Amino acid sequence: MAEKTIRIRAELSGDVTDVKALINHTMETGLRKDAKTGETIPAHFIQEVTCEVNGKQNFVAQWGVAISKNPYLSYQFKGGKKGDKIKISWVDNKGDKDSEEGQVQ
Amino acid sequence: MTNMKRRTFLKGTAASSMIGLAISAGLLKPRIAMAAWPQAGFEAKAVDGVLTALHQSSSTAPSTEINIKAPDIAENGAVVPITVSTSMPAEVITLIVEKNPSPLAGNFVMGAGAVGYVSTRVKMGKTSKLIAVVKAGGKLHSADKEVKVTIGGCGG
Repeated sequence: MAEKTIRIRAELSGDVTDVKALINHTMETGLRKDAKTGETIPAHFIQEVTCEVNGKQNFVAQWGVAISKNPYLSYQFKGGKKGDKIKISWVDNKGDKDSEEGQVQ
Repeated sequence: MTNMKRRTFLKGTAASSMIGLAISAGLLKPRIAMAAWPQAGFEAKAVDGVLTALHQSSSTAPSTEINIKAPDIAENGAVVPITVSTSMPAEVITLIVEKNPSPLAGNFVMGAGAVGYVSTRVKMGKTSKLIAVVKAGGKLHSADKEVKVTIGGCGG
């Protein structure tokens, strides 16, 4: 995938690191109909987002079609420090995937 | 004779490509001890079914230690911001929109160090209760909040 689909922001405040991610994805429910053809648009949505800190997975989000288009996800963890590597990956129901890395600020 | 050779050749390639498939299928699962995507939970049509599929139990205890932050009235049901936080040592936070066609919106699994907090945006078909179920200490705790939707988010 040429374009970046994930934007990550991770900030340390006190002893808690706040990780925020924005993902570009249509999150199609499979319930909507095409306005012109009247045909149902097939479901296309992210099923799983995994978050790693320094290579260790510490958060997994399992999603259904009810998550909004261009999803936003935020979680928090303890024990982080500035410079820690955050890696976020997603995979959707068609097997498409992407991942992106960021650093704790 | 040439025909015979062609047969064995084809058999050979078929077998080796099967092995290749098996290997790549194995490589596709580098997950670390976390459950696979819970299809049954997302297919369940009622809250009890969702909880049974995810947590093998649908009995939850109401808790005041779960905080749901969401708008009272959502003007646009397609994008309803919601934040769930709890002081309990949460292992899993399950987010349910009671009246959606598939009530389960998301299931969030906390690994080592992650605290009981998650924030995201969900679609709501119509006015409904948002239910947050927190699994902590092997038990299920829940809290809910009613959100009024003026425009639905499911293809309306």
